Amino acid sequence: MQKVIDVQNIRKEYGKTIAVDDISFSVQKGEIFGIVGPNGAGKTTTVESIIGLRKPDEGHVAVLGLNPQSDSKTLGNRIGIQLQHASIPSRMKVWEALDLYASFYERTVPWEPLLENWGLGDKRNAQFDDLSGGQKQRLFIALALINDPEIVFLDELTTGLDPAARHATWDLVSDIREQGKTVVLITHYMDEIEALANRVAIIDQGKVIALDTPANLIANLNAETQINFTAPRSFNAEELASVAGVSAVNQEGNHIRVTGNGPLLAKVAVTLAEHDISPEDLQSHRASLEDVFLAMTGRNIRE
Amino acid sequence: MKALLKLTKMELQLQFREPIALFFTLAFPVMLMILFGSIYGNEAEAFLDGYGQVDLSVPGYIGMIIGTIGLLNIPVTLANYRDQGILRRLRATPLQSGSVLWAQVITQVVMSAAGIALLYIAGVSFYNLRIPTGIGSIIPAILLSAFSFFSVGFVLAGVMPTARAAQAVGMAILYPMLFLSGAAMPRFIMPEIVQKIGLALPLTHVVIFVEDLWLKSSLNMVSLFVVIGMLVAGLILSRFTFRWE
Repeated sequence: MQKVIDVQNIRKEYGKTIAVDDISFSVQKGEIFGIVGPNGAGKTTTVESIIGLRKPDEGHVAVLGLNPQSDSKTLGNRIGIQLQHASIPSRMKVWEALDLYASFYERTVPWEPLLENWGLGDKRNAQFDDLSGGQKQRLFIALALINDPEIVFLDELTTGLDPAARHATWDLVSDIREQGKTVVLITHYMDEIEALANRVAIIDQGKVIALDTPANLIANLNAETQINFTAPRSFNAEELASVAGVSAVNQEGNHIRVTGNGPLLAKVAVTLAEHDISPEDLQSHRASLEDVFLAMTGRNIRE
Repeated sequence: MKALLKLTKMELQLQFREPIALFFTLAFPVMLMILFGSIYGNEAEAFLDGYGQVDLSVPGYIGMIIGTIGLLNIPVTLANYRDQGILRRLRATPLQSGSVLWAQVITQVVMSAAGIALLYIAGVSFYNLRIPTGIGSIIPAILLSAFSFFSVGFVLAGVMPTARAAQAVGMAILYPMLFLSGAAMPRFIMPEIVQKIGLALPLTHVVIFVEDLWLKSSLNMVSLFVVIGMLVAGLILSRFTFRWE
C-alpha cells in the first residue's frame, strides 16, 4: 500500500500548553483514516500541521511526498479541506461559493454536477445563511472536492447535525472513498469512526494512545456482550445459563442481565421464546470504541 | 490573478447585499448635499472666492466617504470575516493570502469611487457644481487619502477582538471626527477653537488636502505629510496586528 500521509514525531506547544506531544502515524492511499479524541486532545493542531496551516515545533510531515510548509501551493492544489470553525460569507450564494473557490485551484471539476451530487441543486441560488445545518455541511464538502483532490480532510463534519443528517452525511463520506480518494476524518464521535473508518488513531492529551482498525481495537478489549431485559419474577433466569456462549446470568428482582461471547442475542431470544417470555426491552450491548477509550484512559470521551 | 479578480468581484457583490453599509457610503453624502443645497443653494459667494456652499461641501463629503469606509466598513468586514472563520477557510486554499487583502482594498476603492461619482453627478445635475481646475491632482490625492484611512482600518480590524467591538470603536472614532473635521459641515462656520482642535484629527487633513486642491489648486504640505505619515504608520502597524483567526 502506498503511504499518502506520513507524520513522524510531531510536537507543538502553545506557550506552556503542549497541544501535540510526539505524534506519529501514516495514512494509506484509498482508506478512510479516522483521528478521534475528546475536544482539546490535539486533533485539530495535528491536522493543521498536516495541511500546512501550522508548523510543528519538532517532527516531520510529508503529504503526497510534499512538505506542507515549503510546497504549500502544490500541496494545496492536491488536497481538499473542510475545517472546523471555518465558513463563507453569510450572503454568498451557493453557486457563487463554488464558482469562487474553483478559481483558486489549477485544476477543478465542473461545479454544477457537484451541486447535484451533493443534493444542493435546488439551493444553488440560496444564500449561505438560509441553508440548514446539513446543507451547509454538504456545501463545505462540495467546496473541499472542487479541485478533485487526492486526499480530503473532514474536520468535525457532523457536529451540530441531527441524527438523520449525520447518517446521510456518513453515506456521502463513503461515496468520496468510492471515488478512490483518501479521506482523513477528524471527529470526537466514536460511532462515526466505527461506521466509516478503515483505521483510526485515538488521540488523547496530545498523544496517539491507540492505532488500529476499529474492529481490532474492540476485539482486543476482550469485552463480553451484555444482554439486558425484564421478565416476571416467576421466570428462573438460570435457564439461560446453559445457552451456548453465556458466561454469567444475573437476576435482580425482574431485571435480568446475561453476559457472554459470540452471537448471544438470537440464542437468548430463542430460549426466552420457548418459555413464553417476550420482553419488550430486550437489549444487547456490544463493546464499542467508546469502551476502548474508557478502558485506555479511565475516562469517558464526552467528559 | 484570475482568483484576485473573482474574489474582488464577489466582494463587491457582497457589499451591495449589505444595505446599511451601502447607505452610509453611497446615499448619505448625497442626501446631505441635497439637504444643505436646498437651504443655502450654490450661488457664487465673494467670501468663498467665487465658489458656492455646495462646491465647498464636496471635499468634506469625500472625506466622509473615505473615513466611513476606512474606519467602519473595512474593520467590521475584516473582523467579521475573521470571527466567522471566513479568512480561515480562504487560507486553507492555494490562494495567496495577499489576494484576500488586496481584494478588500480594491473593493473599497471602487466603493469610494462610486460614492464620489454619485456626489459629483448629483452636484452637477442639481447645483451646477463648479468643475475643479486641478482634477488631475485631485484623483491621486483622494486615492492617497483613501489608502491612508484604509490602512488604519486594517489596524483596527487586527486590534479589535470582535466585529462588534470593531463597529463600536470605529463609530466612536468616526462620528465626532465627521463633525469636527469639516467633513459633515464646513469648518469656516465653526468657532476658531473648534477649528484648532479639528487640526489634531487625521480626517481634517484629508478634507483640507482635497479642499485646497479642489478649490485653490494648491497643495497643502502639512496635510500631505499627515496623510502620508498615517499611511506609513498604518501599513507598519497592520503588519504586526493583523490576525487570520
